[in-house]
Amino acid sequence: MMRWLPENVSSFGGDIDAILSLIYSATLAWFFLTLGAILLFLFLYRRREGRGATYIRGDKLSEAVWILIPAVIVLVLDLWIDFRGADAWAKVKGRVPSSDLRVEVTGKQFNWEIRYPGPDGKLGTADDLQLDNELHVPVNQVVRVTLKSKDVIHSFFLPNLRLKQDILPGREVEAWFQATKPGRYEMPCSELCGFGHSGMKGWLHVHPADEYQQWVRERWPSSRQGEGSKGS
Amino acid sequence: MEASVATRTAPQILPGKVGVWWFLASEIMVFGGLISSYIVARLASSGWSAEAAHLSVPIASLNTLVLLTSSMTMVLAFGAVGRGDRRGVRTFLLCTILLGLTFLGIKAYEYSSELRAGFMPVTSPFWNFYYTMTGLHALHVLAGVITNLSLFVAARRGLRNAHRVELAGLYWHFVDVVWIFLFPLLYLT
Amino acid sequence: MAESAVAAGAGEVVHVHPEELGFWRTYVFSTDHKMIGKQYLFLGLFMAVVGGLLAYAIRWQLAFPDTEVPGWGFVGPEDYNALVTMHGTTMVFFVAMPILLGAFGNFLIPLMIGARDMAFPRLNRLSFWTLLGGSLVLLSSFFVPGGAASAGWTGYAPLSARPIYTGVNWGLNLWLLAHAIEFASFLMGGVNFLTTVMIMRAPGMTFFRLPILIWQLLTAAVVFLLSVGPLIAGAIMLLMDRIAGTSFFVPEGGGDPLLWQHLFWFFGHPEVYVVLLPAVGLAAEALPVFCRKPLFGYRWIIYSTLTTAILSFIVWAHHMFVSGMDPRLAMPFSFTTILISVPFAIMVFAMIATLWGGSIRFTTPMLFAVGFLSMFIVGGLTGIFNGSAPANIHVHATYFVVGHFHYTLLSGVLFGGLAGIYFWFPKMFGRMLNETLGKIHFWLTLITFNATFFPMHLLGLGGMMRRIANPMQYEFLQPLQPLNVFITVSAIGLLLAQLPFLINLVWSLAAGRPAEANPWEAATLEWSAPSPPPHGNWGEAIPVVYRGPYEYSPPEVAQDWLPQDRALAARPG
Repeated sequence: MMRWLPENVSSFGGDIDAILSLIYSATLAWFFLTLGAILLFLFLYRRREGRGATYIRGDKLSEAVWILIPAVIVLVLDLWIDFRGADAWAKVKGRVPSSDLRVEVTGKQFNWEIRYPGPDGKLGTADDLQLDNELHVPVNQVVRVTLKSKDVIHSFFLPNLRLKQDILPGREVEAWFQATKPGRYEMPCSELCGFGHSGMKGWLHVHPADEYQQWVRERWPSSRQGEGSKGS
Repeated sequence: MEASVATRTAPQILPGKVGVWWFLASEIMVFGGLISSYIVARLASSGWSAEAAHLSVPIASLNTLVLLTSSMTMVLAFGAVGRGDRRGVRTFLLCTILLGLTFLGIKAYEYSSELRAGFMPVTSPFWNFYYTMTGLHALHVLAGVITNLSLFVAARRGLRNAHRVELAGLYWHFVDVVWIFLFPLLYLT
Repeated sequence: MAESAVAAGAGEVVHVHPEELGFWRTYVFSTDHKMIGKQYLFLGLFMAVVGGLLAYAIRWQLAFPDTEVPGWGFVGPEDYNALVTMHGTTMVFFVAMPILLGAFGNFLIPLMIGARDMAFPRLNRLSFWTLLGGSLVLLSSFFVPGGAASAGWTGYAPLSARPIYTGVNWGLNLWLLAHAIEFASFLMGGVNFLTTVMIMRAPGMTFFRLPILIWQLLTAAVVFLLSVGPLIAGAIMLLMDRIAGTSFFVPEGGGDPLLWQHLFWFFGHPEVYVVLLPAVGLAAEALPVFCRKPLFGYRWIIYSTLTTAILSFIVWAHHMFVSGMDPRLAMPFSFTTILISVPFAIMVFAMIATLWGGSIRFTTPMLFAVGFLSMFIVGGLTGIFNGSAPANIHVHATYFVVGHFHYTLLSGVLFGGLAGIYFWFPKMFGRMLNETLGKIHFWLTLITFNATFFPMHLLGLGGMMRRIANPMQYEFLQPLQPLNVFITVSAIGLLLAQLPFLINLVWSLAAGRPAEANPWEAATLEWSAPSPPPHGNWGEAIPVVYRGPYEYSPPEVAQDWLPQDRALAARPG
């Protein structure tokens, strides 16, 4: 079932996939155990002449252990999933690592507005670079994304990077990622945002380091020195 | 598991009373949701106290007194039911109704002076909450007045349904208690 | 009246109501809990047809985007959003609740606890008529200018808070109004359920002799009453935002969009159990009867039910892991969410253990009960993926979620609800349903249900978002399109698979084999009344209860069931 996941190209995607696999193994085992028991019992205890049912109420603790002990196993598995999950969650959503590359993504009906700080490294200044639906980042570098919305709730979704973050209008939500493989990845909105929701998408372009520098040189306004990704 | 007819499980409780209590439990959650939202929103931002200062504490205090008094007359009406005093029931119900209407009248005066001063329901989050919370409460007061009015009319023909005074009383006290929460939360902070 | 003619059950004295009521008082403005239960049932089934047709249009658009839906017409993006919104709202509030709570609660509570009617019969009638009004308001919203609500069944603000964002004005207002009316109806219903069970039980019917279904309905009613308040408050605020122009949920005016989500899910998650618990109860009633064996761990199921109810109030934010709320809140909510698997595991294990050592009869209600149990296990297990905060980052708002909640909620209505309909149909209408058609219905439903909803999990893992009108707009979803076509074909199959049931229903109502009072040889109280029970349910005397509800194959009697109301000369059970 895990092979249905899109290819993972982020530093933390592996942690999320590991949790998905862990849950998959645990739930698959329970699926076969419980469904197997149901089918087996249905077959073994089908009605047959001359054999009545056994009178067991299962209220006494000595009988109820048959259902309570498996429930304790469920509890232990739950805690295992929680503990492993807490680590993965902290990594992805807990602390946003510091980064030289900051970019602002603004959702609006029905586009992503991408804004780079420009050569001065500050957002909201005249030399900012603004693109529609195109996010360019270098490979293997932490990218901090400041998410904003102009109207309703959108959700910034990068299936290949296992990143999803809703964007609340009126707030700035911080997210980050580190892409591990160059390529072109789809960037849809995953929260119903109006009639144009379906089809609201952009592209994440992950470039090798030199290609990214070239892109910066070509596209960023007045960035002669080509070190636009460095904060001042 | 001993079976017996002796464990007759239906004690002599008025069904209406059980029903009203469950109804009030859900009502508590309605106002609970609204009040919690207000508290959370208020804690998350600043400047609300200055806006709350535009409300008139003396008028609201008077209104609180009116509503508390109406709860007392409601209790007296219930007491009159217990004595079989039809005249008393009608008198005290009428007092409760008039006090309820007084509350609504004062509230309407308050609204109109606030609106005249330019504080609309859309002015700011504080006024959003103020008008919605007190408005919903006023609707509850109105519902209580109508209920009491129907009991007052019914009591003219006798006290056959007078046990309902107790149920209406439970509701009336609930509306009163909600105001006891709204008053300090909106006016005194 | 026609009712008592069929009713000559096990030699009981049939008490005919002295005053003959006319057609209108009997069938339309009835205060009889049984008639009201049937009204809920038919209203729920009708709305299910509406919801099913919406699903058909949704599925066609997803499989064959931007082609004309046969028999429906072209579905544009605005229409699509309205379709998914109205499908969700209709199915949860106007199908699942009316059938599982309204129909079974009203029909069975008095019969199972040994009462002649509900505590407040006229309030009961009012609840039904209120719900009918709500249904009409909801349906009417399709026909107002601007079309029906299109902000999702969750109505997230600010999309829902300003008409300009969706282009829908009156449709969304009516949608909110329909909710308000529905809530009012079920608040009255819940108060009635609780009061009835608390004070109207027959002599000897202690709380620990109540059938498990009553416990589940009781818990569902309490959960509903205590959770719906904040959403009513939220709905008032949303309506103020829409009509008066306040900004509770609109950031420009200082409001907070997340507040709506908290209020919605504080109710929305418990609501899942409001629907699910009665379904568990329906299956749990059928199992012991057809295993001829007591329900395993009756008290443990009750404790688990109560635990679930309490936990359901502290899990809501698991719908909001990636909503932008403080990420530190996620793991605590993830923990409580996954913890809910423990009480549900106990219920499931208890139902499985009931099968062990039984003498199992494969009747249609039994098949549906076991079908519910199996599908419900799948739904529970896939819930862990959603409930784990890090896993949720990927599966949130994808078809994985859609697959998951159809395995829980739709299996509750379809398998649990149908188990109930097949099981109590003889009691409701005095006639038996056809078993062969019933079994065909079951197998077709089981196969098409799984073919429809299981692949949705795969789509979700593949990243397909819910509420998108056209998957072909996304390159990464194009390879998954064959799966969408397969799901659509299966979904149409699932809809068609309900035809044998409708035929069975109509044919059996008219010409089914008359049912005796206790065709399944069951032990609970409702089977001691004639089929169908007359006005007042029992003759002169209310039954007296001597034991628990599931005394099947008890050692002290030769017969393999011991009704709750049969006095034994020797040591009673």
